[in-house]
This record gives sequence, structure tokens and C-alpha cells, in this order.
Amino acid sequence: MAFPSLAALLRPSQIFAVRGGVHPEPGKHLTAEAEVLDMPVPPLVRVPLQQHSGAMAEPLVRRDDIVLKGQLIGQARGAMSANIHAPTSGRVIAVGHFTAPHPSNLPIPTITIRSDGEDRWGPRLPRLRPEDANPDEIAAQIERAGIVGLGGAAFPAAVKLNQRRKYALDLLLLNGAECEPYLTCDDRLMREHAEGLVDGAGIMARALGVSRIVIAVEANKPEAIAALRRYKHALGIALSVAVVPTQYPMGSAKHLVLAVTGKETPARARTAELGVLVYNVGTAHAVHLAVRYGEPLISRILTVSGRAIARPANVRVLIGTPVADVIAFCGGLTAEPDRVLLGGPMMGLPIQNLRVPVVKGTCGILALSAAETRASAQMPCIRCGSCVQACPCGLTPFEMNARIHAGDLDGAVKVGLMDCIACGACAYACPSSIPLVQAFDHAKGKLAETQSRKHQQEETRRLAIARQAREAAMAEAKRQAMARRKAEMAARKATEPGAAVAELPPAQAAP
Amino acid sequence: MIVAASAMSTLGLGLGLLLGLAARRFHVETPPLLGEIEKILPGTNCGACGFAGCAGLALAMSEGAAPITACPPGGREVALALAEIVGIEEGAEASIAGMAELQPMVAFIFEDHCTGCGKCFKRCPTDAIVGAAKQIHTVVMDACIGCDACVDICPTEAIVTRRKPRTLNNWYWDKPALAFGAAAPGRSAGTA
Repeated sequence: MAFPSLAALLRPSQIFAVRGGVHPEPGKHLTAEAEVLDMPVPPLVRVPLQQHSGAMAEPLVRRDDIVLKGQLIGQARGAMSANIHAPTSGRVIAVGHFTAPHPSNLPIPTITIRSDGEDRWGPRLPRLRPEDANPDEIAAQIERAGIVGLGGAAFPAAVKLNQRRKYALDLLLLNGAECEPYLTCDDRLMREHAEGLVDGAGIMARALGVSRIVIAVEANKPEAIAALRRYKHALGIALSVAVVPTQYPMGSAKHLVLAVTGKETPARARTAELGVLVYNVGTAHAVHLAVRYGEPLISRILTVSGRAIARPANVRVLIGTPVADVIAFCGGLTAEPDRVLLGGPMMGLPIQNLRVPVVKGTCGILALSAAETRASAQMPCIRCGSCVQACPCGLTPFEMNARIHAGDLDGAVKVGLMDCIACGACAYACPSSIPLVQAFDHAKGKLAETQSRKHQQEETRRLAIARQAREAAMAEAKRQAMARRKAEMAARKATEPGAAVAELPPAQAAP
Repeated sequence: MIVAASAMSTLGLGLGLLLGLAARRFHVETPPLLGEIEKILPGTNCGACGFAGCAGLALAMSEGAAPITACPPGGREVALALAEIVGIEEGAEASIAGMAELQPMVAFIFEDHCTGCGKCFKRCPTDAIVGAAKQIHTVVMDACIGCDACVDICPTEAIVTRRKPRTLNNWYWDKPALAFGAAAPGRSAGTA
């Protein structure tokens, strides 16, 4: 037994754990020892044109086009967007709408490709030697490869990288906390592809110009920690592994920064303001593949788990593979699942249609049996304060909930609704099973809608004023033309009265 | 008698003068209701209320001849803002509550029926319709206020107003019901 050294005791991650938080049943044992399997190419892939936050990509292919693996099929549009590439070779059979992998079941523009089974690569992106490349070249390569944050929010990675121009950054923090129960895909990635991941981290650190890299891993992944501890440098930049306590939601960027550096991000500010940029470990691996091998982001590792899955596993799937195919690859369903989720059980989104595709931000597919979901009856609030203790942001969820149900959204904002990260710890901790985070989700959406309607009203008012001004100007111009014509007529009448006026047709008289 | 009368009248005059001065000195500018109402109304002069533009409605409202819920494009927000300055009439509370259910509407042109006459294009108060003579017209959804002005004028009845379509960008969860004894619907949080 080794004694912890004094230096280890003084690490901020040991002292400044996040406030609040909960400890849900981990459920990681189902897949933690399951090596990543490569799923064969599915007969049909459906690639949505919006898999990232920001503007939708513009389709570059048409029906009946033949595409090759890695070919650009969706071009990023605007500053906040990401490229979309063909995950396999085949024929485009539709460019239209298909159900989005989203609880709303709404359609989203999607390119459907029938694969030819050959999985033929097209020309890859030009490779880059990161040791010689300058930051702009690396950022451009990441942008070309269509890389987005693989932790779930799918924020375009290159856009985040460009924050280097705005803030003085000194630390690249890789998020390997994976605090969501059930999910083990990041754990497996760190164990199996530590070298590539560390290289990707080095490439990003070089692009950012930071002096150190920290990979934060929760204490419940000793094998991943051991695998990463073998590396002390990445492209000559100092790299270390920070072990953070196992606690939900440790993987939230702001909380991870707090745990590792001891600095708290101000409300509604970015971690970049503290000089820290946070990326998921999967993103770092995708950067490694894009820069070293010229491979765009066309596949990802995800966890397929839950007690309704016959063989829970970690699988590398092509983007666009239907969820039903992935489940079938894992042995299918053993029982009718109570709920199928994309993502983890705490923040994941339920889906109804299993034909929806896997997208870049999908980190897990969970088919939970009735025994795993907690469908207990809702009871009145007993003011126990469990939600306040559980909230990692220091908010008062019961009060926000009461205000939302009273229709007082502004009041809810005043007590911190906009600082809520929607982690769901409050709803998990509530002994009365009150849907707290669900109410906050609703209120945030409603506020966004009100905001956009107000914005629209202002814009339409502007349009109406512009129209009125234009109409007034046109009427004025017409009136002046009339007056001028009248004056001309009068002048002509005065100079040469009689026949001369009658000779000219009226159209010529008024040029 | 004369002394008393003159004393009283001097007192009266003096106090009156004082009051008059005070009224001048401490005068509070009360904003004219008409201008206030006009500021709140959308100002697009779409005519959906049945009055001659937003100014007409503001005049009618200030005289109490129109309800505060008369502006359909403004919706609930405008009605609530008006309620604060105009005051709520009998039964208006229920109609404001009813407005909460109103969905934002937008015009939609059936392209098969559009002859490209350009009448709607000229009538639209916010220039939300684009097109040219003999060309099929279309509606810019973000600029449309759903005022119905184009619907009435279309000679081929090719325009209808529809509920603004929901997209992934404006979709959000329904409010969870406060039903005690019922399982919570919606997002999964805390299922594990």
C-alpha cells in the first residue's frame, strides 16, 4: 500500500470537487470490458445535414450520384457549421427529409446512400505534418474534416479552436470524465487508442499555442488512467493526467475546469476566459485521424447498452447507420424496452423511431428495461431541499420549478434558470419524483421562443416602416412628376398658344 | 364688513395664486395614451384588426371602442403590454388567456394555383412575399406576420394561412403536468 504523497494531496482536483452532484447507479460494468467492435457497413446510411450546432450544411450531391467513402457531400455554410462526408461508397438514393434522431420526431434534411458494399475510399484529405504546420493550417484541416465535439453537444471543433485569437489560452483540458452512467466508449477509447488520442491532443495544443495539456479522467477508470500515464509529452508539450472524483456531473466543462484548476467559470461566461479550452477525448482522436491520415469524421465509437440489449457492447459505427441496425448487430432486443435513449441515462434524449440514424454527437444507444427506468408517481414538494443540495450550479430548483408552474418565467430567470446546465441531478435526487429538469427544459425553450418572436416583431416593424417610406417616396415622386408636367404644359401654352400643343401627342409632351 | 370681505377675497386670491403656481411648478407630464398604444402595436398597418392601420386601432382603443385583444399578429405579448396602460375591460382576461393558445400563423401559397398576378405582393405590409409578374410568388416565412391581407386579395384563392411549422430549431419540450400520482413524462433524467 502506497501512501499518497503530499503533492498529490495538494492537487486542486482533490480539494475542489464540484459542489452538489449525485451518484447514480453506474451500470458501466455491462460494457466496460467490451472491446470496441467494428460494425460492418450497413445496407443503407442516412446522413442528416445538420449534426452540429450552428447552420445546416448545404448538400453537394444529387439523387443517383455515385459517392466514394470520405467524399464531401455537405458543405459547411457560414461561420458556425461543419462539413459532412459520405461514410461509405454507394449511390445516393435520396436527398430529402427524414426523421431526426431527436425526441420531437420532426423531419430534417437528410442524404440517403445505398452502400455498394465495397466501402471504396475516395481521395483522402491532404495529410499534414503537425510538427511543421502552423496553427492556421491545423485549424483549416480540422474544419475540412468536419470534426465536431464528440461529447454530445457537437460544437464545431474548428470554431472552438479559433477562440485562440480572442483569449489568452494556457491549458488544453481533455474531458475523459465520462460521468454519465452506462457509457464506456470514452473509457475504451482511452484504453485502446491512447497513443492516437495523445497525438491528437498534441496537435490541438500546438494549434492553440498552449503550454500544457491535462487529461481529466474519473477515478473509476483505473485502466484508462494507467494507459494515459505512459505519456508525459505530446508533440513536445507537457501532458499530465488528472484524476477527478467519480461524481455526476463531473463531465460538465465548467465543473471539470473547477475540479482540475480550482478556478470557477463566471455565470454565462466561457471557460476560455480562464485560459482553458475543453475538448472531449474522442474529438482529440478524430483530430489525430484527420491530420495524420487525412480521414474526415465519418465514424465514431459509441456504447450500446441497457438490460434490454442482448449483447451490450462498444461499437465503432459509420455516421448515418440506423439505430435499429446497431441494436441488431448487438444481438437485438431481449425484451420490449421501456425507453430507448440516444446518449446517457441522465441527459440522453428518448427516441420513438428506431430507424433514425446515428449522428456525430451520438455517444450511446441505451435500451432500458422497465426495471432500470424509474417511473414512480409524482408527489407534492415537501421542501426537503434535496434538489438544492444536488444542484452542481448552486441553484434552487424547487423555487425555479414553482415559478415556472406559476407562469412567472422572468422570476425563474431571476433565480438562475439560465445558469442551469440541465444535468438532471435535481430530478434524480427528488424524493417526490417531481420532473424538475423537464420543467427547466420547457422554460428555456419557451423563453427562446419569446425572444425570437420579439426579435421578429422588431424586424417586421422595420420592414413595414421601410415599405411605408418607400411608398411615400414613390407617391411624392409621382406628385412631383405631375406638377412638373403641368408646369411644362402651362409654359408651352403661354409661349405658343393654339395649334403647336395639339400637334404633339401627350406621351411626348411629358418626357 | 368691507374689511372681512376684502380679507377673505385677498386670502382666496392669494391661495388661488399659490395653487396655480404649484400646479405649474409640480406639473407631471402624463403621456398621451394614443402615442403609447401606437408604440406597442406592431406598426405594420396590416389591417387584420379591421381598423385603418395601427394608428386607427390605437385611436379606437384609446376611446375604448376596441378591445386590447384586437391585434392578432401582435398576439399575447402585445395584449398584455396594452393591458398595463389601457386597463382591462370586462371579460378581456379570459380572451388574453385564450390568446396564449394561439399559434403564430404564416401565409402559404399553393404554387399550382398561383397565376403570378402580383396583387398579394403589392398588398403585403412587410414585403414578405417575393415574386414578379407572371412568376410564382412565395412567402418569406420569417418576415410574414400572418395578417391575412394577402389571403383576401388573391383572385385564385391560392393563399392560406397555416400554423408556423415547427422545426428542430424552435421545438421545445412541453411543460410537464403537475399531476400528482402520475409518472413524469418527457426527458429521461434520473431514470437510472
